[in-house]
Amino acid sequence: MSTATLKDVAKSHDKVKEPLNYLNATNTIKSWLFTVDHKRIAIMYLVAVSVAFLLGGLAAGMIRVELTVPKGQFLTNDAYNKVFTAHGVIMIFFFLIPAVPAVLGNFILPLMLGARDLAFPRLNLLSLYVYSAALVMGLAAIIGGGVDTGWTFYTPYSSVYSNSNVALTIMAAFVAGFSSIFTGLNFIVTIHKMRAPGMTWFKMPLFAWAMYATSVIIMLGTPVVAITLALVVVERTLGFGIFSPEIGGDPVLFQHLFWFYSHPAVYIMVLPAMGVINEVIAANSKKRIFGYEFVAFSTMAIAVFGFIVWGHHMFASSQSMYLGLVFSVLSFLVAVPSAVKIFNWATTMYKGSVELTSHMLYAFGFLGLFTIGGLTGLYLSSLATDIHLTATYFVVAHFHYVMVGGTAMGFLAGLHFWWPKMTGRMYNEVWGKVSAVLVFLGFNLTFLPQFVVGYLGMPRRYHFYPPEFQLWHVMSTGGAFVLGVGFLLPVIYLLHSLKHGEQAGNNPWRAVGLEWLTTSPPDTHNFHEVPVVTWEAYEYFQESHHGGDVGPSRFPFDDEAVHVSSDEEVHV
Amino acid sequence: MNELQLAPIAASEYAGEVDKLFWVMNALTVVFTIIVMALIAFLAVRYRKGTNVDRSNPTTHNTLLEMTWTLPALVLGLGVFTWSSRLFADVYTPPKNAREVFVIGKQWMWHAQHSDGIRENNEIHVPVNNPVKLSMISQDVIHAFYVPEFRIQRHVEPGRYTSMWFTPTRIGKYRAYCNVYCGTQHSEMGGWVVVQSREDFEKWQAGGGGRPFYPGGISTPNGDLSLAQTGGTLFRKYQCASCHVDGPKGSAKGGSLVGLYKSLRQLSDGSKVVADEGYIRSAILNPNDVRLANSTGSMPAYRGSLSESEVIALIAYIKDIGSGKPLEGGRPDSVAPAANTNSQQWRYMYGGEQYQ
Repeated sequence: MSTATLKDVAKSHDKVKEPLNYLNATNTIKSWLFTVDHKRIAIMYLVAVSVAFLLGGLAAGMIRVELTVPKGQFLTNDAYNKVFTAHGVIMIFFFLIPAVPAVLGNFILPLMLGARDLAFPRLNLLSLYVYSAALVMGLAAIIGGGVDTGWTFYTPYSSVYSNSNVALTIMAAFVAGFSSIFTGLNFIVTIHKMRAPGMTWFKMPLFAWAMYATSVIIMLGTPVVAITLALVVVERTLGFGIFSPEIGGDPVLFQHLFWFYSHPAVYIMVLPAMGVINEVIAANSKKRIFGYEFVAFSTMAIAVFGFIVWGHHMFASSQSMYLGLVFSVLSFLVAVPSAVKIFNWATTMYKGSVELTSHMLYAFGFLGLFTIGGLTGLYLSSLATDIHLTATYFVVAHFHYVMVGGTAMGFLAGLHFWWPKMTGRMYNEVWGKVSAVLVFLGFNLTFLPQFVVGYLGMPRRYHFYPPEFQLWHVMSTGGAFVLGVGFLLPVIYLLHSLKHGEQAGNNPWRAVGLEWLTTSPPDTHNFHEVPVVTWEAYEYFQESHHGGDVGPSRFPFDDEAVHVSSDEEVHV
Repeated sequence: MNELQLAPIAASEYAGEVDKLFWVMNALTVVFTIIVMALIAFLAVRYRKGTNVDRSNPTTHNTLLEMTWTLPALVLGLGVFTWSSRLFADVYTPPKNAREVFVIGKQWMWHAQHSDGIRENNEIHVPVNNPVKLSMISQDVIHAFYVPEFRIQRHVEPGRYTSMWFTPTRIGKYRAYCNVYCGTQHSEMGGWVVVQSREDFEKWQAGGGGRPFYPGGISTPNGDLSLAQTGGTLFRKYQCASCHVDGPKGSAKGGSLVGLYKSLRQLSDGSKVVADEGYIRSAILNPNDVRLANSTGSMPAYRGSLSESEVIALIAYIKDIGSGKPLEGGRPDSVAPAANTNSQQWRYMYGGEQYQ
């Protein structure tokens, strides 16, 4: 009893001590629903994308259980087709695309740039509402009967033949596109106009470069897919012949228009995660990212190249051979800037002081899985191997390595890295590491067998399959459960940290970056005074122009300066 | 549960070639992955916080080093691209001596028409060591014809012929899958490519395939007609001959069709096209889409009144006009197929049962 009383006293003491910040400044429901604070909007986005991720994960679990036997466990053909469509639609449109930009970008980008908010705070709130409306529409379509076209909505199946909620699902994707466009527009204007004094383009953290490149792709690509999807609805509801040859259309036209957006969309999903990895690796190596300019330019190169490789999704279609050759060589070229980044991240650790925190382990997971994802992509840009492997489980494994191994790992790395800033609390580091390791192992156990079974010829989107593939599917399902546990753990220990975590302090990782100068959690207006940037990005010590180490960082660390040189380390 | 299989059987010339490329790419992938992971592990351990190592003069950029990993990656990538593209170019264009089989995909079955008139459902019989060209079209949505043991697939689209070819090198039965999602029974849309020895194949041919007769073919008291003969019958049935006589001249209304196939046609919009299968199909179904420069435009559109199967027969006939081949039958009648239920199709595809 007495201890309980003591605890209560301690708690109330905490409460009294806690200074005003964006979380406790006001606490009515209205103050959240009508907030224009980018940080609160980011937190609401975090809740929304987490719900989407858990629902999409539930669908994934159903798929994996169903596929443990060749003739299916408990679903009918139609139900299975609806479950895999739900998995794809939810994960792509409602988790992978918004996760890093709308949650981490929204929260951190203005702080990183030393801005009070995004350029258009009301547009930001509108983006959240538009996203939520789209999510409700998507879930209504899925729960109220389902949709069975696959997330790619290939015509004429989607526009003429499918008897499911295609129009509502497509409208959900259409509406969700606008929330991306609003976010992209906001980021571009913010980066151009609202950088703090002294923060030149090449002093920006690479996360800001990644957000910029992503926003450019969103602004250029999303309108195209929006119109394309709208045309499918027009054909479906009004019978205008656009994609169905029976009424004068061309089904392959849909694929061109769809992949013109949806290939760049891969970069919308993965570039932000790459941005996160830059921040995590630099902060945990106490080193400037190796080849900052190379990484910045390769980010922009990927954004540009991403728009001219869409035809590699169509090598097996009636697309001409010459078109196939052009798209193939361009796809090989886009692999180069990605390879550059992997080596740059690895060599950043050279002569650094590497801290193996849980977010660093997630970043290592990203590096390993994204390397495999990128290299297996080459099998699919290569024409001769693609016409065997395309649309098999090899492709399923490949894009999960990029999307889960890349985007989801990057998102988790970033969430762990900035969690103390967002909430003011530290999570349990041991559980963080356990989760990072479980996700990595579970992921590989799930998806490595799928490369093999894909090479053996197992087509994707198959409810029934030949008995000789069963063992591979059983292994995959076993891995999926490990992966599921790995993903659920952070939900528990992060929520637990909100009440029971230690106070974080302004800069728990002793990292360079404007976001670490303000309090954790930050004040509603981010900074008490306008910060002036006098240091380079990731300046953990000052270097001469020839790369030598000449002195302590100009970045004002709040406690001791982080200066890693051989002399100091000897004394430590 | 069966034993673990690590690689599919290679049952065509192309499969062997692709496998070489595939294993070279595997080697490169494994080497690169090991380099990256070893580099990360080494650096993370050696330079982990608190270790007593030399950290003086850290480099933060080095253009030469950037180039030493960018350029080899570029060169290796372009090497693989070149190798792969040459293979693809070979497998894209069918050889002239290939045995042509027409394939129609529809929800959720495959229908094959051999030029000798044999029709099959969900099975295609081919002789070993002889190139085979599949000319394919869909009656509804997009499908794909995929045979992993041949390492090849191609989309089967509505409204447009696509083709793929292979030279089977190994006798056996190989699964053919539909590999573009096409609706409820997508995972059961498939069947078998049956590769037979020359003798067995000829025996099978002589027996009329021993396969169920598919509606749309034409039987006579002497047996089934060949594909071109069926087309000839349809040519008269639909009164094509009233405008396009089979002879070299043609009537006042429609032109002669002798020598039409692969000839260059001048269209009314000024463009020139080669009269391939796709052109002939459009000219029959939607003649105004490919109206000739000197045409009166009086050809009626047959869209909706002909099935894809009938169009294929007509094209076979039009390709044959003027070749002087006799119109003879000679295949025995076959029986109609039994009802195709869901579970039966599954047992046929995956359960090792024969299709009845």
